Amino acid sequence: MDSLALGADLEPEPVVDEHSTVTLHVNGDPTTLTVDHRTTVLETLRESFELTGAKKGCDHGQCGACTVLVDGRRVNSCLLLAVAQDGATITTVEGLADGESLHPVQRAFVERDALQCGFCTPGQICSAVGMLREAADGHPSHVTGPDTAAGPAGPVALDADEIRERMSGNLCRCGAYPRIVEAIEDVIE
Amino acid sequence: MTTQAPQFPGAPVVRREAREKVTGTARYAADRAPSGCLYAWTVPAAVAAGRVTAVRAVDALAVPGVHTVLTHDNAPRLQEPDDPILAVLQDDRVPHHGWPIALVIAESLEAARTGAGELHVEYARDEHDVTLTDDHPGLYTPEEANAGAPAVRVRGDAERALAASPVQIDATYRMGALHNHPMEPHAATAVWAEGRLTVHDSSQGSTKVRESLAQAFGLAPDAVTVVSEHVGGGFGSKGTTRPQGILAAMAARHTGRPVKLVLPRAQLPEVVGHRAPTIQRVRLGADLDGVLTAVSHEVVTQTSTVKEFVEQAAVPARVMYASPNSRTGHRVVALDVPSPSWMRAPGEASGMYALESAMDELASALGLDPVELRLRNEPETEPDSGLPFSSRGLAACLRDGAARFGWHDRDPRPAARQEGRWLIGTGVASATYPVLVSRSTATAHAAPDGALRIRVNATDIGTGARTVLAQIAADALGVAPEAVQVDIGSTDLPAAPLAGGSSGTASWGWAVHKAAADLAARLAEQSGPLPAEGITATADTEQETAEEPPYARHAFGAHFAETAVDAVTGEVRVRRLLGVYAAGRILNARTARSQFTGGMVMGIGMALTEGCGIDPAFGDFTAKDLASYHVPVCADTADIQAHWIEEDDRHLNPMGSKGIGEIGIVGTAAAIGNAVRHATGARLRELPLTPDTLLPYLL
Ligand code: FES
Ligand code: FES
Repeated sequence: MDSLALGADLEPEPVVDEHSTVTLHVNGDPTTLTVDHRTTVLETLRESFELTGAKKGCDHGQCGACTVLVDGRRVNSCLLLAVAQDGATITTVEGLADGESLHPVQRAFVERDALQCGFCTPGQICSAVGMLREAADGHPSHVTGPDTAAGPAGPVALDADEIRERMSGNLCRCGAYPRIVEAIEDVIE
Repeated sequence: MTTQAPQFPGAPVVRREAREKVTGTARYAADRAPSGCLYAWTVPAAVAAGRVTAVRAVDALAVPGVHTVLTHDNAPRLQEPDDPILAVLQDDRVPHHGWPIALVIAESLEAARTGAGELHVEYARDEHDVTLTDDHPGLYTPEEANAGAPAVRVRGDAERALAASPVQIDATYRMGALHNHPMEPHAATAVWAEGRLTVHDSSQGSTKVRESLAQAFGLAPDAVTVVSEHVGGGFGSKGTTRPQGILAAMAARHTGRPVKLVLPRAQLPEVVGHRAPTIQRVRLGADLDGVLTAVSHEVVTQTSTVKEFVEQAAVPARVMYASPNSRTGHRVVALDVPSPSWMRAPGEASGMYALESAMDELASALGLDPVELRLRNEPETEPDSGLPFSSRGLAACLRDGAARFGWHDRDPRPAARQEGRWLIGTGVASATYPVLVSRSTATAHAAPDGALRIRVNATDIGTGARTVLAQIAADALGVAPEAVQVDIGSTDLPAAPLAGGSSGTASWGWAVHKAAADLAARLAEQSGPLPAEGITATADTEQETAEEPPYARHAFGAHFAETAVDAVTGEVRVRRLLGVYAAGRILNARTARSQFTGGMVMGIGMALTEGCGIDPAFGDFTAKDLASYHVPVCADTADIQAHWIEEDDRHLNPMGSKGIGEIGIVGTAAAIGNAVRHATGARLRELPLTPDTLLPYLL
């Protein structure tokens, strides 16, 4: 996550003109590029990598449309500055499928019609992938009961209430929520 | 007009672009990066009325990467636009807070935004008036309300009948402004090349946008291409042309480079339209059996000084219930506020909140079941026009919904059910939405290799238009939907109306059906191989859609809600929401269900969390972004179900369909409000039902 993660052959460049060089591992490929210090990961993905799957719904961490996985965890990429992510591993919605074969969450979204306009969908899907991992790792949510055997002891069982709570950082103005919950339930089964 | 029997099995075909949407490859307006593209940032007016007296751009232009600052002094002159909201950067007048007064254009978005922050704007402020009251001296009766509805309709003598009615309800309902907030902000990417303008615009209908751009820039329409391939929702706010395309095109013309403009989220409410606040007085008179003797629905609302838009909230009362005496009217005042516009079911969503709440109040006053009250007032013909209904499924929806929901087990007493700290109640409301249809053109083409292709400039804003149009064409051609290619979303295709008024599928589908049927007939006549260029059938529904059928045509529905109210905090949770709809033939069960439940989800927001005030001191909306304006989240949507009743209505279109995109929101807020009243005994007459408004009744 810092400049020490640079390859041995890459010297950290001095900060000049408010730009820096970083290396981002996006969907498996390392790319070294110079970024404006004001530029978010979202803007970098969309404008420099031409990975426009991640969407800008608000640019303020309020909607989740820009959700991607950074080092395996879901984040609002509009709230991360690219310059601070040197060495990070980033997975976007474009990086989830295995060739022609869709990720199980993607397949479930198609089957359940868990999308309408599709603008929130990349964020919902990345968020769901991250969320499943969090629950598997035992992270409790607001609705996890105090007696649940969560934590390092074991994964949290995801019922519909848990899914709804954990997916509430991703807004969908088309109101696809009921189908999104069903899709995620399908993946869990 | 009578058409042949509808043929559609309503197969739940998976939406065509689903794979592109789940893999992130579907391209929206801002997902284009033409080489050499510049980025623009709009600067909104910081005052609610007055003039821009100076824009000092020296500091902004000194920001590295800033290319140009456009203001009314140097922006390209437009011909008079077809909508006054598009006359941006043309003069120094500030008609409302948030009106775009400058555009900063730069090599990067970051530079444009920094530049906008460095722009020094001076204003000559005028006094502003942004506060709607029901006795505002500026209120007037408009010529007509939205959608061409007559502003006032009178039957019999409502005043006298009310006075003579043994049971009377007189209640006033209020709601603040509502914002569409599609998840995709309004965006446009514009390129000028060799006198031609190409704009990728986030729009519900690019045919209209092309017209506006051609008009504004003084171009022949065929010198303009507008593409809206994928659109991230609109809910009315992208219905007609909005300023982003004009601004991006101006910037591209001025700089000679492609320009991308995405309106920042917090600027949308003041630029792209909203549902205007309303104050609605509903008076109902009934006899002791609950039969209505009089219905009066009087709406007060606001518009801007830029244009007149009147939310037609009294219109559904002209459709819903029989009564010999009726008065429905609208008055409006032009304030120094942003221009209101369409938001999902304009008129119906707002008006049915008031009417259906008043019906609930009447049921309570009579001690009559609210479902039964509605059934007792079913009209024989449309109350306002006297026309027969082409089909009217309200009673069937109410009965079916009541059975599915378990309505009849309900204890009608308010505040009678408690589970721990939760007060439980149930409520019902009716829904209605008119059948609208517009002229469209389309072509159907058969290639020599057998490939079938439909071309029509429809727009998919999330409805599944490609999919349902393929189904319609496939039905006419007698092939499987997968055998039909469908091209939509560009003005290079045959002209078609916008996705709005729940009329898209009917309008486009009719033309597609006609073209495909014609092609099928010609293929049947064809012997031997097809000519090298294939066969193309062209359809135009001008004649079909111009005929005014002698029927009142509406979709109907019934909404049932179960709410739990936290007796300690006043928080309302919707536990169950069930809608039953009668909307003609459902053409695709999978995508239709999504539209119905999507509308219901938006109705939950309208009921519980959405509503925006205007600050009287500054004249701006008080909740402009998604952190302050609360749209429903996943946790707000527990058990949401949509069902429908198949209608065989021969007076609609060849598919037998009514629109389904909007009716889901209509009545949802009233059903929830009625359930909250049942849970608590408190009748709130203002939306949204936030904890602070409920708490005083719970202590
Ligand atoms: S765009 Fe990042 S949260 Fe909305
Ligand atoms: S599918 Fe349109 S916002 Fe979620």
